[in-house]
Amino acid sequence: MAERLYRAASAETLLIEPLDEFTLIFHRASGLTHLVAAPAPEIIAALDRDQISAATLLERLGTRYELGDASDELLQARLDELVAIGLVAAL
Amino acid sequence: MKHVFTVRIGPAGFRVGSDWRAPIRALERLYAGYPAPEDNIPDFTVRLFAARPWRHWLRPSITLGGDFVLPEAAPLPLSQGVLAAEMAMNLQMAMGQRRYLLLHASAVEREGRAVLMTGLSGAGKSTLAALLAARGWRLMGDEFALIDPASGLVHAFPRLVSLKNRAIEVVRKALPEGRFGPLLAGTPKGDIQHLVPDSRSIARMGDPARPALLLFPRFGFDNAERGLGPSEVFVRLTQASTNYVALGERGFAAMTRLVREVAACAIDYPDADAAITHVERLWATL
Amino acid sequence: MNRDATLLARALYDPMSAAPLDAAGWTDLIAIARAEQLTGTLVHRVADVPKPPAASRILADARASIADQRRAALWEAEAARRALISIGTPIILLKGTAYAAAELTAGEGRSIGDLDILVPRDAIAQVERALLAAGWEWAKPDPYDDAYYRRWMHELPPLIHRERDRMIDVHHTILPLTARITPDAQAMIADSVLLDNGLRILSAPDMICHAAAHLFADGDLAGGLRNLWDIDRLCRDFMMRHEDFCLSVYKRARHHGLLVAVQRAFRLARDIYETPVRGYSAPICVSLDSRSSDALFRRRLLARDGWGRPTRRLTRFGFYVRSHWLRMPPAMLVRHLWTKWRKGYRSA
Repeated sequence: MAERLYRAASAETLLIEPLDEFTLIFHRASGLTHLVAAPAPEIIAALDRDQISAATLLERLGTRYELGDASDELLQARLDELVAIGLVAAL
Repeated sequence: MKHVFTVRIGPAGFRVGSDWRAPIRALERLYAGYPAPEDNIPDFTVRLFAARPWRHWLRPSITLGGDFVLPEAAPLPLSQGVLAAEMAMNLQMAMGQRRYLLLHASAVEREGRAVLMTGLSGAGKSTLAALLAARGWRLMGDEFALIDPASGLVHAFPRLVSLKNRAIEVVRKALPEGRFGPLLAGTPKGDIQHLVPDSRSIARMGDPARPALLLFPRFGFDNAERGLGPSEVFVRLTQASTNYVALGERGFAAMTRLVREVAACAIDYPDADAAITHVERLWATL
Repeated sequence: MNRDATLLARALYDPMSAAPLDAAGWTDLIAIARAEQLTGTLVHRVADVPKPPAASRILADARASIADQRRAALWEAEAARRALISIGTPIILLKGTAYAAAELTAGEGRSIGDLDILVPRDAIAQVERALLAAGWEWAKPDPYDDAYYRRWMHELPPLIHRERDRMIDVHHTILPLTARITPDAQAMIADSVLLDNGLRILSAPDMICHAAAHLFADGDLAGGLRNLWDIDRLCRDFMMRHEDFCLSVYKRARHHGLLVAVQRAFRLARDIYETPVRGYSAPICVSLDSRSSDALFRRRLLARDGWGRPTRRLTRFGFYVRSHWLRMPPAMLVRHLWTKWRKGYRSA
């Protein structure tokens, strides 16, 4: 079975405003505002303009940040949440 | 409609049509001194009407109508005509305002800067605004603060101040010279009496101010004070706004600017005097 | 002055007719537009008409709002697409969302409420499951309504998205199964047009048929002016591209059993908005000669005064009763109202 690929909403559609431990993301395409915490902003930044798999994403995150006890399941759960609110598209 | 009243409050003009003369007469008296809508074209239309022909005379009750309506809104007795008009005008703003970001907050101004006080019903924002106005602050509004997304300034909406229950006595004592509307007993929200903003506040209703302090007051608790982090402020303010979502990107820009630039504080207070002292002390430290 | 919505209709099809309006005229025009859900359309149409500064300001405020609304509506369509893509069934956008997605003039300035989609009947169960899994939930929990809905209506009971707080109406045909006219939903789906994003819209003749069906057979003509404006804009658009567009609409309408509805819609559009529709004597004979009953429909459509109030009570009541009768055979109507009455509702 082919791996699922993920793609973030394009940068022009996102207005990102880090506040404190939370970050605000205004999604222009939908007109919706999201209040998110780590690792959501980091995931979106790491997806950049590519369409990549969850495994590749985890690797990429690992090179940029300290991942602590991050696992495939945790990452998948966060990805699914971002897909549900529309900031990431699952292809 | 048979009887008509028009008025401008801040940047918004209203046209109120009524099946009865009495509410219009009361509005004309209370809003004497206010300007007419710009170019005589109101932003919003309100209707106070009899839902059934016999409701005109038999236990007359006012059904609220207008450009924007809540179909489930309960009618009010004719004796509460001013309250009906106020509720209907508020509804037009809450549902139809699209230029300014609307916050459920009172606002007072001093030297070009404003304090915004927001909170649930009963938190005391109307009372505090009226009492601060008695102490020389300019009253910008007791129900809605209008934020201009382009400039970040707050614009005044000095409607009649709505005082409830015990607050009526407190404010009447502080403002013996004040102009008040009729005492409306037994409304859905208890006893209500309206205070007419002073002539200076009316004359300067077109002057915006720079927001300098955001307060989240809570009445009936021991004195306390807590600074608020930006994400908490953001969430509370969006909950206090009826049109944040409808304004889209402009709403986001206005709200994030407020959150970034304006000091925010939650204050608890046991009585009005303590609150006023607290507010003026905070103001002095800015 | 006895105003009706003619003031609005004229301003829409002939914007410069609004230029000489005084303050009272602009006030009434705006109030009528709001009551008829045509504010955005009005803003768009009178953009270049000289007007008092206050009118400019009020209309400009509305304009920004319409753009935001449109964006949100198209996002709803996109969210539905993402939720349903794995099923592989055609998803056809209807009404305002369709016009906006296809960038038709009918979509310019149009207010868009809920998302309406049409899917094949045999995919309905899968669609329902996929939407529920993607964050939509039932808007009304009443089991009687639910059974009635599923059995007789042309759509699922209404769904609302948990977080975005927006409704979606999933149709499997365009009229209730209890109505006397049964359009060919399968043919509509088969002839639907694919958009770049993978969603679909009805073919142009089917869009007209849908709008006409909606105008008469689905309601008591509430919102009729807006519906008729949609028809006017669609006709003008497609008649420019295809000289015998009206003929293709008539042929299609006849197939769906909607020819009478389309004829009446065209006559009223011509009457109220001067839509340049035409009849034919060959290859089929379709006349657009006025009928005496048109006056009654016109009266109902324009029944709005300068305060935005619905007027002409008796005409309205007549149409309300008529619309219910159209939707349900009398015996069912009685049972439906009886059950609702027993539950303490006011009779529908």
